[in-house]
Amino acid sequence: MKKKLRQTSLLLLYAAPLVFLAVFYLYPLARILQTSFRADGAWNFAGIGETLARPYFWRVVWFTTWQAVASTGLTLVVGLPLAYMFARYDFRGKSLLRALTTIPFVMPTVVVAAAFTALAGRSGLLNQWLQAFFDLDTPPIQLMQTVWIILIAHAFYNVSVIIRAVGGFWSNLNPSLEEAGAVLGANRWRLFREVTLPLLTPSITAASLLVFLFCFTSFGVVLILGGLRYATIEVEIYRQTVSFFNLPVAAFLSLVQMGLTFTVMAVYTRAQAKASLPLETRPRQRTARTPRNWRQRALLILSLVAMLTLLLAPLLALVWRSFTLGGQGFTLQYYQALTENQRQSAFFVPPLVAVRNSLMYALATLFLSLFLGIASAYLLDRPRSWMTAILDPVFLLPLGTSAVTLGFGYIISMGPLRTSLWLVPIAHTLIAAPFVVRTFLPALRRLDPRLRESAAVLGASPLRTWAEVDAPLLFGAVLVAATFAFTISLGEFGASLLITRPDMPTMPVVIYRALGKPGLLNYGMALAMSVILMAVSAVSLVVIERFRIGEMGEF
Amino acid sequence: MRPWKLFVIFALALGLMAGCQQAAPPTAGTGEETAALGPKTLVLAGHDSFSVSEEVIAQFEQANNVTLQFLSLGDAGEALNKIILSKDAPLADVFFGVDNTFLSRALDADVFVPYESPLLANIPDELKLDPENRLLPVDFGFVNINADRLWFEEQGLPLPETLEDLTKPEHAGLLVVENPATSSPGLAFLLATICHFGEDGYLDFWRALAANDTLVSDSWSEAYFEHFTVGSGGAGDRPLVVSYSTSPPADVLYASDGRTEPASVNVNPPDGTFRQIEFVGVLAGTKEPELAQKLVDFMLSPPFQEDIPLQMFVYPANQDAQLPDLFVQFAEVPADPAQVAPEAIEANREAWIQAWTDVMTR
Repeated sequence: MKKKLRQTSLLLLYAAPLVFLAVFYLYPLARILQTSFRADGAWNFAGIGETLARPYFWRVVWFTTWQAVASTGLTLVVGLPLAYMFARYDFRGKSLLRALTTIPFVMPTVVVAAAFTALAGRSGLLNQWLQAFFDLDTPPIQLMQTVWIILIAHAFYNVSVIIRAVGGFWSNLNPSLEEAGAVLGANRWRLFREVTLPLLTPSITAASLLVFLFCFTSFGVVLILGGLRYATIEVEIYRQTVSFFNLPVAAFLSLVQMGLTFTVMAVYTRAQAKASLPLETRPRQRTARTPRNWRQRALLILSLVAMLTLLLAPLLALVWRSFTLGGQGFTLQYYQALTENQRQSAFFVPPLVAVRNSLMYALATLFLSLFLGIASAYLLDRPRSWMTAILDPVFLLPLGTSAVTLGFGYIISMGPLRTSLWLVPIAHTLIAAPFVVRTFLPALRRLDPRLRESAAVLGASPLRTWAEVDAPLLFGAVLVAATFAFTISLGEFGASLLITRPDMPTMPVVIYRALGKPGLLNYGMALAMSVILMAVSAVSLVVIERFRIGEMGEF
Repeated sequence: MRPWKLFVIFALALGLMAGCQQAAPPTAGTGEETAALGPKTLVLAGHDSFSVSEEVIAQFEQANNVTLQFLSLGDAGEALNKIILSKDAPLADVFFGVDNTFLSRALDADVFVPYESPLLANIPDELKLDPENRLLPVDFGFVNINADRLWFEEQGLPLPETLEDLTKPEHAGLLVVENPATSSPGLAFLLATICHFGEDGYLDFWRALAANDTLVSDSWSEAYFEHFTVGSGGAGDRPLVVSYSTSPPADVLYASDGRTEPASVNVNPPDGTFRQIEFVGVLAGTKEPELAQKLVDFMLSPPFQEDIPLQMFVYPANQDAQLPDLFVQFAEVPADPAQVAPEAIEANREAWIQAWTDVMTR
């Protein structure tokens, strides 16, 4: 009797993410595809042949793919050394610095683009300095509207995925394995290549996949920074849907995009499920150490400084401009203007209310996606069968799906829920849950099954085993997953295509609204709100990172 | 480990969310769930530039015992597409924000019902583009070129007067425009050049503009705040931008240094400006047709019309509406705007934009 009850509740738990996916992903997607291909009551696939025949289409597919691969590579090159620093060293201000590296993740593209232009644009700061210093006539840095700025921006946005996902995993690796290698006489490079790297592979590939998917479906960065010359499939879907209202072509492009991402994900998930092995883990406090000698200290400082210039300079440029815009020295007037309803607009909200709205949505997303993502991960951790083989990539699919297409799908399928406030965290969860799965699953898979077996032998009930073995050992991975869910919601990925309620604006909405009207005050208010968004996310991330329940969180 | 602590946190968070739900106004619906006792709810959907004064809204709500709810559906194109897609289960009772470049698409989709508002009598005929009055003109604005007055004075350079002037060597590297595929002022300016140079000549003009180092931005915000010398507070390097004839008044109203004269001036070349007219319509399937019509009347009447200029920076359609001083002083209406029929725009939009893109990326 008791066993039956347990099985039923387990079944319900596993069913939750599947039902969620079916209702909020598959159903709206099916509806919009049907509407697109079946406009006048008969199936019509004429758009497909037409699209395939255009050389432009193939150019877009090729560009989308290679820029995503290149961006992921660049992000790894920048991110891995930083992940190492954060995993293996203890230094002052570590959690604040780590929070700062995650800020780009929540920043609206328009604002980041402004910061990039202010720094590296034709008449940007860097060019001004270089021109003055070397006495040059033409600006030496010509990055804007090139493919380089796209790759750099992608690395800027996604480096925190590597730092957090890989770094989190790294910090729990037992250093005794490396120490054993060192005792046996292996040099540092060999140690890294033959011991550490293989152990890290599951989390590196998982993080790379997430970065790849973000770059593959990149929209704002390509559109704003890349200029006219570059288009990803997502940009083309937007153009076909919004400006031309050519739904059949847009739907076909969405299918191509999903097909390509599904293939990548299927290959990855297959390799992953086979590759992971149980490992002994250690609390992170015991694996990290303070730098011991001047060499380590110098290395640490050097790489941190490099990171600061790369990642934080654009953000600092924003902060600086929010206090000095207009060229009359230091001013607080843009922050002050945010709090005043100058034109008695019906849609004005004080900045604190926008902060509250954003935090509400982010908290709801956090809990919803942790619940669904962790349930999914346990489902995928079951003995491998055809079902897990299919579900594994399917759980990732929302990340590889066009936000434009899905947004329009919601319009025709969600009934009264379309204008409900709940649709916002639901849509955010669709993007955040795959992150939770991907950060949680590697940790779950390396959990040594003997621990649970011992607990069972000693007479612990399954629930107690879960509470005493799984929960404390996996809590670190939960915190990493929580930071992702939270930041995804704060940055409002893909949610621009939902219906917004002007009376419940979030921080990004306030920024976009200010950028919709001319006048320096509006620009300054957008900058000021961006700085508030940065501060709120930094503080929230530090809080999440420090979150502890009793002994939990030590891992 | 104490699982109950987790549950407490969970419950608290959910409670917090529920509180937030209650604090917000009732969720949308087309009036179904409103009880007979309280005020009815009317839903007005629009694009994300829609704005109105609190006081004006309150006037309408009190006079008609109704609660207005607003929905923001994205930019003008996105918003209209959402309205068309939700035809069978309308999102709102009234939709504001179809402009003349999307008029044909909106009318072909058959989502609006005709309404002969008595206030149409005060609106000039040239703004009424739908003879059946399914879409009624609310406001209009002009896409033109804004110039940095001081920059041109300092350089001792005359302002451009014609579209052709923009391709002259002395104006090389000065102009930033928007991509017509992603921006409505971008499309409007492209249409103006098609009107002026004809379908045979506009691409040559754009070739010359590209050769003259014209910058293309994806959106108006990008072009104006990042590249335009005035809009960016000096950080940009383009003293000419495709914007609106009403941007100079905004430069004064939203100044951060208390200036009384705008730093930018309007350049209105012959055929070089494009008039965007914005329309409102009652959506087919509304459960409150009478209230919806009253809202349309209200939006065409002086209280709302006089609120338009300083909220949305466009001109009111109703001739009786008084313009604010700033508009009279700094936002003169361009003399001869380009004329392109809505049907021609809808029929050729994709081909024109594609041809333009090919020329500009060569």
